[in-house]
Amino acid sequence: MSGERIKILVVDDEEIVRESLGGWLEKDGYLVEVAADGPSALARLQAEPRAVLVADLKMPGMDGLQLLEQAKRIQPDLAVVIMTAYATVDTAVSAMKLGAYDYLMKPFDPEELSLMMQKITAQQALIRENAVLRQALKKDQGFRDLVSRSPGMQAVFEMARSAARTSSTVLILGESGTGKEVLARAIHAESPRAAKAFVAVSCASLTESLLESELFGHERGAFTGANARHKGKFEAAHGGTLFLDEIGDIGPKLQLDLLRVLEERKFHRIGGNDLIEVDVRIVAATNRDLKKAVASGAFREDLFYRLDVVVLSLPPLRQRKEDIPLLAERFLERLSVEMMKPIEGLSAEAMEGLLSYAWPGNVRELRNALERAAVVARTPVLQLSDLGLPARAEPGPAAPAGGALPSLDAVERRHIAAVLSSTGGNVSQAARVLDIDRVTLYSRMRKYGLKRDGEEDDTDPGHHQHS
Amino acid sequence: MEPIFLWWIGEGPAQAGLLEHVRLHLAAAFQRPALPWDGPERPAGALDPRRGQHATSVILTWLLQAGPPAGKVLAVTDQDLFIPILTYVFGEAQLGGRAAVCSTARLAEGVALAGPRLLVERLAKEAVHEVGHAFGLRHCDTLGCVMGRSPGVAGVDQKSHQLCTTCRRRLEEPPARRPHVR
Ligand SMILES: [Zn+2]
Ligand SMILES: [Zn+2]
Repeated sequence: MSGERIKILVVDDEEIVRESLGGWLEKDGYLVEVAADGPSALARLQAEPRAVLVADLKMPGMDGLQLLEQAKRIQPDLAVVIMTAYATVDTAVSAMKLGAYDYLMKPFDPEELSLMMQKITAQQALIRENAVLRQALKKDQGFRDLVSRSPGMQAVFEMARSAARTSSTVLILGESGTGKEVLARAIHAESPRAAKAFVAVSCASLTESLLESELFGHERGAFTGANARHKGKFEAAHGGTLFLDEIGDIGPKLQLDLLRVLEERKFHRIGGNDLIEVDVRIVAATNRDLKKAVASGAFREDLFYRLDVVVLSLPPLRQRKEDIPLLAERFLERLSVEMMKPIEGLSAEAMEGLLSYAWPGNVRELRNALERAAVVARTPVLQLSDLGLPARAEPGPAAPAGGALPSLDAVERRHIAAVLSSTGGNVSQAARVLDIDRVTLYSRMRKYGLKRDGEEDDTDPGHHQHS
Repeated sequence: MEPIFLWWIGEGPAQAGLLEHVRLHLAAAFQRPALPWDGPERPAGALDPRRGQHATSVILTWLLQAGPPAGKVLAVTDQDLFIPILTYVFGEAQLGGRAAVCSTARLAEGVALAGPRLLVERLAKEAVHEVGHAFGLRHCDTLGCVMGRSPGVAGVDQKSHQLCTTCRRRLEEPPARRPHVR
């Protein structure tokens, strides 16, 4: 045996099992401690982390699953092995869902136990290495999630990186799940403000008055229930970055308040007289079409121009499918470490499924699907059935709504969009595929309101980053 | 130097030459006298009627009472052995204690084809392995070391009869320096 001995905690209400299993593992070179019930096992975990917990499923009082759940809360990286004489698919699956490493059916073969422990040991060594690596990458975590080989995304990153170095207001556009907050965090992390706070507020989740107090804070007695002075998010973000998500959803009063803060960098707490000065970098995001909202009068034009300084447009996942394998690989790598479960990748069929799905929920939905698959998978290679994707194909070009045939323009628009998406927004390449020249393609793109990924419409040079 | 005693406690008679071979390997591995021990008694209460196997814990406790008064004692049986949580074991020993036991039952796999010599070699390895545990040695990762884990008889066949230099050095450490376990 070389190096430090791995610590294992064995929990079983039967003494004979504790003794025999403990003795066996001891001879196998592990440092073993035993506990007779869940609560005393938890107390030991609280005092000192262990590498592995081997627990019986059936115990009086707290059973193995409850113990598993609470132990993982104390020590998320704990490898838990559940022993059961009553294994059913159900208990095994619920144990795995709760984050168990694996389960053993009592009695088990000595080889099975030995191999499982060796696998855990090897994986923990990997985790220790990864922990060091993750620490180093933590600052850059945001851009790690934004991996992309799509040229449109590369352009967004490029712009985000240069915007990060300034204090300019940034507006991030994109459907939900495209990674707007992740991008905002990445901008903060790469900015000179990285050491200060990143404060995120979702404007859609609160009523206008609550949101107002959340943003600006209030003085004691400012309104019923204001029992104490409360500092708002603007103050909390002082020196750092304030991320206002779903800014398109705020009402007229708050639009005006925000406009004032953005212009003057000063505000009052609700019910307060003192002017509070803050140095806050605003990153706002929305999945709405703000220009349309301005046109309809739902959003103040002056606030819009305040926000519309540097605009970053995150393309939906269906327009950058070339990124799906890359994103899947990154997510699975991380899930494997987090769940302490060997995950080697996706079956060809599963990858095909990922590529042909339309991803209405974008990157977030992809991540969730992979996490689900990682939980339920019984093999290191995830299968299509593990992903639980809805059995729904993308609408084909000849799928007219309501039986009416589409117009030639509609078909042409859809076809150009599809080709642009397949070339990752590269117009020259798309023109070659379509067998038309670039000028013609540009004029069609203008006609149909199509843009290259991450690029603003050429026909609308009014504002944004080059203003 | 305290000897290692070797005791056949099987149901049937021991195969000719089997124990003698084991005895010579024990003496060589641990550099001390290895002597036969004999008696008509057999461990009582070790058979678990439900499993049809013998519990090693009962045998080890019994050995300390019925066996020799000093040194290590290794019992060899032809009965299938188990510890409660495992389906079977080749053998078992008190880590850093006096008693050890091992069985020919599972080691006989494939012997009918390969010939009795194979069983003799396997038993000698498992005997040294279990007595090694009684001397306080844990499983060893050195390739070929007799203290290596043996997942199945294939694993037994792959390792040698010898302790590696690390295990040998560990054996020579004064007992106080070895961590005492239960
Ligand atoms: Zn052993
Ligand atoms: Zn060794």
